[in-house]
Amino acid sequence: MADTGIVTAGADVAAHEAAIVKQGKVPGRGFWGAIKAAPWSAKLSIFWLSFIIFAAVYAKLNNWFDYSLPLIQDPYYQGNLFGTTRPTESPSKAHWLGTDVLARDTWSRILNGAWVSLVVALASAAFGIVIGGLLGSFVGYVKGRWETSIMAGMDVILAFPALVLLLALVSIWEVRSLAVISLVIGVLSIPAYTRIARANALAISNREFVQAAQAIGTKKSTILLREIVPNVLPALFAYALVQAGFVVVLEGTLSFLGLSVQLPEPTWGNMINEARRDIRQTIMPVFWPSLFLTLTVLSLNQVGDWLQQRAAVRSSAL
Amino acid sequence: MIKVLLSRLLRLVLTLLAVSFITFMMVKLLPGDPVNTLLPPDAPRTPEIVAQIRADLGLDDPVWQQYLDWLGSALSGDLGTSYVTDQPVSEIIKDRFPVTFELALFATLIALVFAIPAGIVGAYREGRMIDKTTSAALSVALSIPNFIAGLFLIWLFTVQFQIFPSTGWSRLTDAGLWANFETAFLPSLALALAPMAIYARLLRADMIGVLKEDYILSARAKGLRDRYILFRHAFRPSTMSLMTVIGLTFGALLGGTVVIEQLFALPGLGSRLISAINQRDIIVIQGITVFIAAMYVIINTIVDLLYLVVDPRIRKG
Repeated sequence: MADTGIVTAGADVAAHEAAIVKQGKVPGRGFWGAIKAAPWSAKLSIFWLSFIIFAAVYAKLNNWFDYSLPLIQDPYYQGNLFGTTRPTESPSKAHWLGTDVLARDTWSRILNGAWVSLVVALASAAFGIVIGGLLGSFVGYVKGRWETSIMAGMDVILAFPALVLLLALVSIWEVRSLAVISLVIGVLSIPAYTRIARANALAISNREFVQAAQAIGTKKSTILLREIVPNVLPALFAYALVQAGFVVVLEGTLSFLGLSVQLPEPTWGNMINEARRDIRQTIMPVFWPSLFLTLTVLSLNQVGDWLQQRAAVRSSAL
Repeated sequence: MIKVLLSRLLRLVLTLLAVSFITFMMVKLLPGDPVNTLLPPDAPRTPEIVAQIRADLGLDDPVWQQYLDWLGSALSGDLGTSYVTDQPVSEIIKDRFPVTFELALFATLIALVFAIPAGIVGAYREGRMIDKTTSAALSVALSIPNFIAGLFLIWLFTVQFQIFPSTGWSRLTDAGLWANFETAFLPSLALALAPMAIYARLLRADMIGVLKEDYILSARAKGLRDRYILFRHAFRPSTMSLMTVIGLTFGALLGGTVVIEQLFALPGLGSRLISAINQRDIIVIQGITVFIAAMYVIINTIVDLLYLVVDPRIRKG
């Protein structure tokens, strides 16, 4: 690590590059077998993440069906203006997690916030895996001048503190829609993925099966797509989960500062920010979105750690 | 040694140039006439003012010359003047950076105070109940975003028990040590959570490796007490990567205090950056961004060089 220059590497990227080298055994075959063999913390985390994904999609569907689906309500509906709900109610059958200071249903707002976090996390993973993964695999395989210049470019972006660069970029945009936020965070995710893909591709390009393919005269592009990329992917997917945790916090921070998706669209961060002004009366509207955000990040980290170990083991077994 | 040193310094200069160029170009990428964006919405737009700004910024020069001019004055300490508040950016930085710096430093110290015992205990009792409990607690600490930690600290220490103030800042130089500590403690504690978990995990992992070394075994064989071995023989060699990461996270903290400064209403660089963003005060955004990024890059290089001094294997390689 030190000899590649710490100037530019984020600590988490460094940890990942180090973890690639570690070894162990891979228990469990197939999708369900793997989950069955996972430690209980990873199992619980997978359960929680499935719930969040399901809930986020459900909330979005409900939104499209004009809030006519059961179990959650219109996240903007203010019961004190249009109904009989009072502000800061405790949890009840009608409002599972109570209401906030404007008498809006906390549960439905949290599920709508889950959608924002989900989209941002997926966008970051998609940009990172597709663009960063391809670029990293490419430069890790062909090396030479391409590698030097592309990695130098990536290193410059990694040289900025992530939050500060994100703030500066977001501040230039006049409209901050979910699409814009996802795009900016997605593009900023590319360098870290490129580094990890490159580190993996470097290791893989020395393996016997790649040499064998070269020996029989396979085209370079075919080797890249058939041999290198598929073997780089597991490490990237594992990293995507840890990165998703980071990205969800980043979006939460941005929302908390009022610089993410604009109000009244609920996000976990802006719910916390709105509710914190009334922290002297009640902590509950702060507590619920904080709990969901923290549990989601914790779950992403747990599953990410677990997958990362598996990916490291699998690549060492190639 | 000299060769390695020079190449690191060259790389530092190149990275700084690239970072400053990107920050500079952000303003160029603004949609529409830059003068329009630079002026606050309610400012008068007479032809004289517009011409003045165009001349100030050299907007009619080619882009590379504008960059060189900007870089030249930035190097001599002039990062431009806000069109919103009429304050020079360098003055803003001089005024506000000490707060951010103190927060980052204090947070690092708090993190170490908790992380060192946690890491040592985890390594010493590897796989036992206490190790598993600390590991689990550290995973949770790592997953709590700092603004959430800050909010719950405010709720606990200022709403429930009125021990610390929730907002404001007493300067060390004006108000004395205790008043300064009172205002700095909660924000630093909130910031310390994630670095603490990172440090403790790293120290634990490295120390587990060190404890398996032969010289530890021979120290045991000599009949030395465990505590003596842990602190006298095992601790120092286990802190190599910890030191690097302390440097890295310290650099990251300088940029990471933004939310905490905003939450606790502290007069640091981060909260100024947010107010500049809300006022669309591009010159200040640019100045603060390039300053924080440059500090980050420089600190990382220093860490890199220190590592070089400490570890002879790298010095020779």
